[in-house]
Amino acid sequence: MSFLSDAYTIWAREMIRFWRQRARVISSLAMPFFWLVFIGYGFGGSLKLPGMDYTKFLAPGVVGMSILFTGLFTGLSVIWERQFGFLKEMMVAPVSRTSIMLGKTLGGATIAVLNGLVMYIIASAMGMIDFTIALGVPLVFMALTALCFVSIGLMMASRMRNFEAFQALMTFLIVPTMFLSGSLFPLASTPGWMQAVSYADPLTYGVDGLRGALLGASYHSLWVDFWLLSAFAVFFLLLGAHYFRKSAN
Amino acid sequence: MPVSAIEVSGLSKHFGSLKAVDSVSFSVAEGEIFGLLGPNGAGKTTTISMLATMLFPSNGKAKVAGHSLEDHDAVRNSIGIVFQDPSLDDELTGMENLMFHARIYHIPRKERGPRAMEVLKLVGLEDRASSLVKTYSGGMKRRLEIARGLMHKPKILFLDEPTLGLDPQTRRAVWDQVRTLNKKHGVTIILTTHYMEEADQLCDRIAIMDHGRIIALDTPDKLKASLGGDVITILTPDAGKLEKCLQVKAPATIKQVDGGLVVTSKRGDKAAPKILSIAHNRGIRVDSINVKKPSLEDVFIQHTGRSIREREASTTEVMRAVYNTGWGK
Ligand SMILES: Nc1ncnc2c1ncn2[C@@H]1O[C@H](COP(=O)(O)OP(=O)(O)OP(=O)(O)O)[C@@H](O)[C@H]1O
Ligand SMILES: [Mg+2]
Repeated sequence: MSFLSDAYTIWAREMIRFWRQRARVISSLAMPFFWLVFIGYGFGGSLKLPGMDYTKFLAPGVVGMSILFTGLFTGLSVIWERQFGFLKEMMVAPVSRTSIMLGKTLGGATIAVLNGLVMYIIASAMGMIDFTIALGVPLVFMALTALCFVSIGLMMASRMRNFEAFQALMTFLIVPTMFLSGSLFPLASTPGWMQAVSYADPLTYGVDGLRGALLGASYHSLWVDFWLLSAFAVFFLLLGAHYFRKSAN
Repeated sequence: MPVSAIEVSGLSKHFGSLKAVDSVSFSVAEGEIFGLLGPNGAGKTTTISMLATMLFPSNGKAKVAGHSLEDHDAVRNSIGIVFQDPSLDDELTGMENLMFHARIYHIPRKERGPRAMEVLKLVGLEDRASSLVKTYSGGMKRRLEIARGLMHKPKILFLDEPTLGLDPQTRRAVWDQVRTLNKKHGVTIILTTHYMEEADQLCDRIAIMDHGRIIALDTPDKLKASLGGDVITILTPDAGKLEKCLQVKAPATIKQVDGGLVVTSKRGDKAAPKILSIAHNRGIRVDSINVKKPSLEDVFIQHTGRSIREREASTTEVMRAVYNTGWGK
């Protein structure tokens, strides 16, 4: 069972670090927060959605976006650790590469979900969305979304040696992922090609599932969201583990 | 014949066309302090990385603690390593770094605390165990890394430039710790360095490396004795001419180096005045002359015609030293 306890050790370290750096991590929420405020109240007045306030519609989207950001940026911490050595301490230990990868992924995903939760609390404190503590289903969607993007972040980090390349790729990844997911506007009103591409975007199902769970209104059915998102998560997890193992040698 | 802790045969590592390590062979006996001495880029770190299973060799074989390198986990379980570049988690305390190490090396829960205290005491950091590592000085970080390498009681400890960037006082403290480990706890130690004095003082045997190859391997005393006497360094603008004159006269080895000659002679104190009078008679100007017992530096010059201290890569070294003091973070 040392496989799981090793992953736990690595996860626990991520948690201690997160707690120590919480100020820095929370400040990474500034971006989605501004989206929430400025886009929400800015467009909210003029954008009329059938049967729903725009701010209400936007809130789950912004929760999804904050998970997207924090998830992908987990990769940055791996590049950082490679550069500044701590990765070696793990790599030279009698611990399997897969458990290092698993611990990192779960650590990153936990932090991403926590960020998503904070975003949700902010949105409900601002009165944009009703507050509930029955968060079981939303948490499932948050966790799956987080697993997807943390794995993608780690996968990119194993292929990349420097921060600049990572940053550049992130821009190309983040912007389309965000806009094609229906986080900011309803997909139903977009042109056909855009809807078609959105099917390939995991965030689509994450945000749609969140909307379904929190607002009772979703584009796909909740089960479709759940199964497709799970499939994406498993796929990227395996791919991430594969690349991480390869890069380790 | 003592048991071998490490046996290396024909080990090589190529990076593209660069032969970073070029077919090296050596063995290290259990309980020995073995040194890899060489200038920047000699291939010391690359050699150690292969032995620590962090790099696949391009060629050759090695056994560490009786296990071949393919048997990762067995090797990883028997070794400790202190990397050349820092590898601590700055956001954790010293104690937390040690506890993380204890867990990934599967040290039983009950033993973790006492062991951590034991190694902290050994490196004199028990007072600072609960401070964040980012508040440590460079020397304290280095000592913590050494302590961490000892947590799981490895049979074999690799130290890659353990004293790089440390002040002389801390350097001596580290030397003392290395000796204690070796003598009291019986840990076999392989260390790399490009400080002659360090190799000379600490190591039972030394392999001198240059351009990926081992160019000499013996005890420090025998390496120095191999030069055959005292080393006389003469600075002169007419090295070639002086060399010819001396060759006729003296039973000694003579070598031209930058800006002068190096002459090895059994009795340097007697040879030096003779050399001066020969030069005087032939009208050759001598700017300075120096007689000394041979050092490892002289051994290196003897084999390569260059000085190990050449500053070619000194920027890296300075950067590392700066990095160790906590800048650049
Ligand atoms: N990953 C790598 N890719 C390409 N070249 C490398 C790599 N690692 C090392 N080298 C090269 O291999 C050679 C040996 O490097 P190595 O780090 O082993 O030297 P060293 O003896 O440890 O030097 P130093 O005293 O500076 O630490 C150098 O020329 C270096 O540039
Ligand atoms: Mg080195």
